[in-house]
Amino acid sequence: MSIEVDITKRIKDFSLRVQFSGDHMRMGLLGASGCGKSMTLKCIAGVERPDKGRIVLDDQVLFDSEKKINLPPQQRKIGYLFQNYALFPTMTVEQNLACVLSGKKAEKEQRVREQIVQYQLQGLEKHLPGELSGGQQQRVALARMMLAQPKMIMLDEPFSAMDGYLKDTLQRELLVWLADFPGEVVMVSHSRDEIYKFCPVLTVIQEGHSIYSGKTKEVFENPVYREVAKLTGCKNIAEVQRMDAHTVFVKDWNMQLHFTREIEEHVRYVGVRAHRLLAGGGDCPNQSEMTITGYVDTPFEHQYLLQKQGAEGQIWWLVAKNIEKDSRPIGAQEIFGFPESDLMLLQE
Amino acid sequence: MEDVMTFLEGLDWSPLLISLKTGVVATIFSFFLGIWAARRVVKAGPRMKAVVDGILTLPMVLPPTVAGFFLLLLFSTKRPFGAFLYDSFGIKAVQTWFGCILAATVIAFPLMYRNARAAFEQVDVNLIYAGRTLGLSETKIFWKVVMPAAGPGVVSGTILTFARAMGEYGATSMLAGNIPGKTGTISQRIAMVIQNGDYGTAGFWVVVIMLIAFVIIFIMNLVSGKKMKQVHRW
Repeated sequence: MSIEVDITKRIKDFSLRVQFSGDHMRMGLLGASGCGKSMTLKCIAGVERPDKGRIVLDDQVLFDSEKKINLPPQQRKIGYLFQNYALFPTMTVEQNLACVLSGKKAEKEQRVREQIVQYQLQGLEKHLPGELSGGQQQRVALARMMLAQPKMIMLDEPFSAMDGYLKDTLQRELLVWLADFPGEVVMVSHSRDEIYKFCPVLTVIQEGHSIYSGKTKEVFENPVYREVAKLTGCKNIAEVQRMDAHTVFVKDWNMQLHFTREIEEHVRYVGVRAHRLLAGGGDCPNQSEMTITGYVDTPFEHQYLLQKQGAEGQIWWLVAKNIEKDSRPIGAQEIFGFPESDLMLLQE
Repeated sequence: MEDVMTFLEGLDWSPLLISLKTGVVATIFSFFLGIWAARRVVKAGPRMKAVVDGILTLPMVLPPTVAGFFLLLLFSTKRPFGAFLYDSFGIKAVQTWFGCILAATVIAFPLMYRNARAAFEQVDVNLIYAGRTLGLSETKIFWKVVMPAAGPGVVSGTILTFARAMGEYGATSMLAGNIPGKTGTISQRIAMVIQNGDYGTAGFWVVVIMLIAFVIIFIMNLVSGKKMKQVHRW
């Protein structure tokens, strides 16, 4: 079970250039809205045609511009869970499932009944999709997709239309359904949390280009590129001047940072996650006194903006409310430490 | 009262039958042709779309007499194509009921085509994509997914097509003429009796055609309203 994608496509001013391969893993495509993630899925599914490139699934060439191979979507055996689920609105749940099947009527009915039980859709057989909740629609779409016996499945922002509480439950559910699936799974999302939960490996797409692939946990630990750091949710990123092999100057923060590891020549930015700043400084060699210049109250977190004397930029600092119950006043001064293991050295 | 009875007894009812027959047959032709053309145009590229759409819509925009002129040019038995049809298949459009149907179809077709096209374009393209990734054939996707989803638009297109086909006058009078009992439709009969100053008969046919139009629209609305449960009131 493997998928190999290397495609380019021009759409007006936008150019898509995506390259990744997956091997029996759940793979995530992470990128901002409109970066070409959905278009990539559509090209793999065969409902859009890339200009150039190659798509291979399990040794079967689905698309090859040089050899002029372009299998129609019907023959690709790729399940596609659409963002809006794309249930056929004029068919009942039962009919939505049955229309995928061919063969004798009695056999079809039997298969549909089994699927309805397996995906816990009992009682909804005669309902139209418009009468179902978001979660139920997703289950119908999933059940329908599985009836077509795909070799690989793709999920396009499966939770973007759901509210928080429902989302967590459904994410659990989907993980359970997918656990049994033997083939490749590709999930597209703009949410780093979703990708982190679902996908052991990921590819980051920025403005139509796949810029980085790797194991999800490693990418979050060490994003390497500025854009990747941003997409993984790093709030503090600033440009650096490399002083020597172990020191950089951050102009925006008016701060020198020392590293025991060697700083490579092509490092242009430094990033630090807002949760990782150490109030009080701890025993960090890199520490500096800063003033609280802003505060945002959220349900479970205090969010502060910090600024060092003489610095132009501000630094986000987030602290959970169960660690610090009361918020600190604006104007308060405090020493903050920047642990080296949490400082990410980034390239353009 | 007796006057009314004698009026009705003396009336030639053939225009009613001819108009209804013409309307129904022309609607059936336009329905399938219009849907076929709409489906092709929706799939076509933007430039092709603009050109073909323009040609297909022309009969709606031009005066019906212009369409009549072209139809005569094409189907007159003195012209090559018309002569060929007549000699080889015995098909004659000029001064025949077939001419009525032809003229009504040409004039009413754009209404069917345009409404069907607008309805198809409203259908969420992801439904079609989903059908394809699920392995459904293009034909199955069209008739089972697209057509039902486009239902209301197609139904209203059919209503308008029927109304237009039944009331067609200009092109019909040029191609099929007004032969009582053969090609004499209600609208042609109205024009004819008015010329003779017979406002009574004209008024009668006006009322008939209004009633038919109203009843059909009413029934069609009822049918399409029942199927579309999700339609909300403002």
